[in-house]
Amino acid sequence: MAIEVEENRRDFLILATSAFGVAGVAAAAWPFIRSWSPSADVLAQATSEVDISPLQPGQMITVPWQGKPVFVLRRTPEMIASAQKGDSESLPDPAKDADRVKRPELLVLLAVCTHLGCVPQPIGTGDYGGFLCPCHGSHYDTSGRIRKGPAPRNLEVPHYDFKDANTLVIGKALA
Amino acid sequence: MSTIMEWIDKRLPVTELIKSQATEYPTPKNLNYWWNFGSLALTVLIIMIATGLFLAMHYKPDATLAFKSVEHIMRDVNFGWLLRYMHANGATFFFIFVYIHILRGMYYGSYRAPREILWWIGIVIFFMLMGTAFMGYVLPWGQMSYWGAAVITNLMSAIPVVGSDLVTWIWGGFSVADPTLNRFFVLHFLLPLLVFGVVFVHLWALHAVHSNNPVGIDAHDDKDNLPFHPYYTIKDLYGVGVFLIFYCYFVFFAPNAFLEADNYIPANPMQTPAHIVPEWYFLPFYAILRSIDFLGSFSKLAGVVAMVLSIAILFILPFLDRSPVRSFRYRPLSKQLFWIFVANAFVLGWVGYNPPDASLFHGAIPLILIGRTSTAIYFGYFVILWLVTALDIEKPRPVPKCL
Repeated sequence: MAIEVEENRRDFLILATSAFGVAGVAAAAWPFIRSWSPSADVLAQATSEVDISPLQPGQMITVPWQGKPVFVLRRTPEMIASAQKGDSESLPDPAKDADRVKRPELLVLLAVCTHLGCVPQPIGTGDYGGFLCPCHGSHYDTSGRIRKGPAPRNLEVPHYDFKDANTLVIGKALA
Repeated sequence: MSTIMEWIDKRLPVTELIKSQATEYPTPKNLNYWWNFGSLALTVLIIMIATGLFLAMHYKPDATLAFKSVEHIMRDVNFGWLLRYMHANGATFFFIFVYIHILRGMYYGSYRAPREILWWIGIVIFFMLMGTAFMGYVLPWGQMSYWGAAVITNLMSAIPVVGSDLVTWIWGGFSVADPTLNRFFVLHFLLPLLVFGVVFVHLWALHAVHSNNPVGIDAHDDKDNLPFHPYYTIKDLYGVGVFLIFYCYFVFFAPNAFLEADNYIPANPMQTPAHIVPEWYFLPFYAILRSIDFLGSFSKLAGVVAMVLSIAILFILPFLDRSPVRSFRYRPLSKQLFWIFVANAFVLGWVGYNPPDASLFHGAIPLILIGRTSTAIYFGYFVILWLVTALDIEKPRPVPKCL
């Protein structure tokens, strides 16, 4: 009887010590794991300002935002019409063109393919008049929606705003 | 001399270890040249660690300096070009040897009992090698380095729920950038040293169960075995000599044969090269990744899963193969399946090398169809091998009683 009690006591002590050790190691690991997350200076690069006044219809520029390329395209009426026509077609990732732009003539897209992160080629390279990702052959239309190929989602529209009529601000300043 | 050794042996039994594990270590007498590739892989590992160590003394893991420092190694550092070309071409030979080593194990049934753990440790080493090679290729910070890193790290974003946060964490930012390069350098330095350690666990597991052999039966008495030294030390050295001839040819006469020209363009996060290809040794797996494109929004995840499974399936190979005979030398059906598997791996590599929308005969056969078929054949090997052996469809030929 006495030995059994002693064994229970020992089992409990071993279990408690192991649990405490595992919890301690897990807690100590957190700072190390967290050190891989974006640092303060990386987080500080939250917004990019772009002067869009020189952009002619059909012209596109690539601007960096948080180290990633953003396409800013001033669409021609034909491009807009083609994008709106796409609204009623069957899309892998359904979205209305009107919900993807703040001004119909200005298309702002994160130029990162939703497949594996390559930069698609400029406007007019893909089927549907849009963008072709050269890595694995994804075709995006003039609204940046995926139409053909392995990419699962439409090109992302980053958060953006207009400071004034000709200044585009991409991203959101962190508090 | 002998008194010094006696003094040491009393405290640390070195002589005993060398005798039992090296010079007098019993090795089957019938090993053929396919058994050279383990020691060859170890030779390359040592070359890689030595050249890598000295390259690291001149390289700068900084996004603004990395590309320049590699050119500095090539142009300014004494024999820097030699160190770098030895290192870059060493990777190619490493994978050639490791692939032959794995295929040798598959052909002669070296994964079968009692060598399962030995086999598993080998697969772990292979995974570590792939990680090390991938991160090493990022370090020159050329266009292929950068976009290879972008594509491969993006694979992780396919993981449901945590995927995109995980990718941000690995990058240390919102794109592949300086923090990514810096940590990849540290890991590329660390991993080979870990591989070196795991190689000794691999050898420990080998010496516990001893080498398989082409006949695939257990070696029993002294008639079946030879002491490792001098019989296999000399044979392994001969293999190293042959390897060095080919290696030196590439290092001195065709050092860029396996490198991509685009990687001599500095990394540009704003522009992806028109056609990105991974290093040749990843091509078959890259083809498998791209072949799964018919599942709509699940394609990406399914492609990644298929790619990982294509190697991970090797873990269960010891249990899939139910034949009473180890060596395929006496297994006519398995032997044919094996060679189909090998030929198919080359087809996958070729598909992976070509652009995704390429085709044969002016569009008559899209490459994607060949890729899907080859992917099916790749996995089919494991399923059919299991069926053929589990259902006793294969009638093995008689196996010799001794070596």
